[in-house]
Amino acid sequence: MAVINTIRAIGHRVVNAVWRIGVAARFFFLTLVYSGNSFRRFHLIVKELFSTGVMSLIIIIVAGLFVGMVLGLQGYETLKRYGSESALGVMVALGLVRELGPVMAALLFASRAGSAMTAEIGLMKATEQISAMEMMAVNPIARIVAPRFWAGVISMPLLAAMFSAVGIFGGYLVGVVNIGVDEGSFWSQMQAAVDFRQDIMNGVIKSLVFGTVVTLIALFEGFDAPPTAEGVSGATTRTVVTSSLAILMLDFVLTAIMFRGA
Amino acid sequence: MSSNALVEIRDLNFTYDKRPVLQGINMTFPKGKLVAIMGLSGCGKTTLLRHVGGALKPTRGYVRMDGQVMHELDQDGLYAMRRKMGMLFQFGALFTDMSVYDNVAFQMREHTDLPEDIIHSLVMMKLNAVGLRGAQNMMPSELSGGMARRVALARTVALDPMLIMYDEPFAGLDPISMTVIGDLIRRLNDALGATSIIVTHDIQESLKIVDYVYFMANGVIVAEGTPDELRASDKDFVHQFVHGEMDGPVPFHYPGVDYRQDLNLQA
Amino acid sequence: MERTTLDLWVGMFVVAGVAALVMLAMKVGNLGTYNVSDTYKVHAYFSNIGGLKPKASIRSAGVLVGRVTEISLDTKRYEANVVMSLDKRYQFPKDTFANILTSGLLGEQYIGLMPGGDTEMLKNGDQVKQTQSAMVLEDLISKFMYSKAAEPAK
Repeated sequence: MAVINTIRAIGHRVVNAVWRIGVAARFFFLTLVYSGNSFRRFHLIVKELFSTGVMSLIIIIVAGLFVGMVLGLQGYETLKRYGSESALGVMVALGLVRELGPVMAALLFASRAGSAMTAEIGLMKATEQISAMEMMAVNPIARIVAPRFWAGVISMPLLAAMFSAVGIFGGYLVGVVNIGVDEGSFWSQMQAAVDFRQDIMNGVIKSLVFGTVVTLIALFEGFDAPPTAEGVSGATTRTVVTSSLAILMLDFVLTAIMFRGA
Repeated sequence: MSSNALVEIRDLNFTYDKRPVLQGINMTFPKGKLVAIMGLSGCGKTTLLRHVGGALKPTRGYVRMDGQVMHELDQDGLYAMRRKMGMLFQFGALFTDMSVYDNVAFQMREHTDLPEDIIHSLVMMKLNAVGLRGAQNMMPSELSGGMARRVALARTVALDPMLIMYDEPFAGLDPISMTVIGDLIRRLNDALGATSIIVTHDIQESLKIVDYVYFMANGVIVAEGTPDELRASDKDFVHQFVHGEMDGPVPFHYPGVDYRQDLNLQA
Repeated sequence: MERTTLDLWVGMFVVAGVAALVMLAMKVGNLGTYNVSDTYKVHAYFSNIGGLKPKASIRSAGVLVGRVTEISLDTKRYEANVVMSLDKRYQFPKDTFANILTSGLLGEQYIGLMPGGDTEMLKNGDQVKQTQSAMVLEDLISKFMYSKAAEPAK
């Protein structure tokens, strides 16, 4: 009997998981369908861009600077062994533009903006604001979810670009200003090695994908949260955990598609 | 009476998770009247209100508003119907990310193409009606409970609905705010020529303002009548409710298995 | 928050983000050096290109003058056909010498152009006749070994 119960428990979990994925997919679809309104009234998106984008600026800039500085230090130590310190710029830039920029920015975005989004929507649900909106014949997906979704999709690549730019500056500070790598070779080797389409555009595509996924998870968890205090806090935790895992897994898949054999 | 009714509920049954929540409810809400639905917590009042708003589908029976059966409407029809309704939620449900002004202006901006200066005049009129013109720039978090309820009331009547529903409008208010809200509900109903449904368990306050009362318990109507009839009523349930007695027709214990069995004294 | 303040902040955010992207493209990436001015194309045959890749740089006297755009194998000659696009501002004589070089001992490979003395200049579609293949490290080592072995023992 214990075995059957275990199998039944597994089955129950799988069915639940699949069901949730289906609900999330339907939610995504509805968000896209009802997006028209938020573009016609663009100030709705602007308002959300403030809370997702502008409010994430400081964490992105500070984190980017430090990650770049660490890359500069570690990269220098490694490259020095092969006598190719001049390739420091290449290493810092490629590392940031291809991987660390999009991934770190997305992880920070998930914990800063994503969790806030889940908590906000969960609380709106708990305090009946969403029901109230529905009773006013206003579709909450069109009015609440869609503008936040697009704000997330728009701000993610911008934040990732800022992260990379600030990070490269951090690498420059440590490598060139502090350690004394030749400034000319730092920039010129970087320019010679970093390709616009291959590296920078792929980084932008990555961050677009991450932005879509993180925002969607955050919105769905908020919308799906049980309307209680523990429901909202649980949903906030799930947002950060699920989206972090999704970012890292998707990053592997995207990297394999983009850079394999190139 | 029926031709004069804005909302009719006929033989409404609703079962949730195999548990009957509403059973055979018949109610009539005549135009221009203020009707209260009273009962204990968890007796199905809010569920009933959600049926009137079209948020739930009945298991059997129907709610007819303005000639149309709510649960047969599609999304567009339902939204068109909801524009004729206003609902005041239990704790106001003000949009926390908007100022008082924007909360009241919300439906006007969503549903009309009125220019901003006309919206401004309308919002001022609504806020003036609830006495909170001076609070227009405050955020919901800065308001006291009573003020928030009044702002929510102004928002509810923003588009002059023909039906106004109140879900526990008196819950958690101090006595002064309670009187203010009660008075506002009555005056707004008469000024707008609207019909109002008040779901509440605050019997003293509501008996002062309403025209008709339905008493509910465990998903069925147990008593109904005008306030005067109810005050004079000698029915057990009404008596227990009005005087707040602990035991009576409404038992103290939720139905369950035998107490001794729960204490494992059977073996 | 006032609508105008909000707009200002969001505007600044978007401008900063776009500026970061442009900075990445121009200063970090190669968009600044690539396809900005008019180019003309010439091609050359090499018997071995080593590790040369498309988009490798073409330098003359160390100055970047163009990029490799296409590499293919010519099956008539069984030699690599390398198409290069050169900046219009830089004109080279017809008898220019193309050389596959390596930056540093293990660095990237690039094409070095050494101008000859011809008065006529290379035009779009011309062929650079004189080429020298890449130095392949393994060949170099084996040559060295052979020559060592061939030396009479002392």
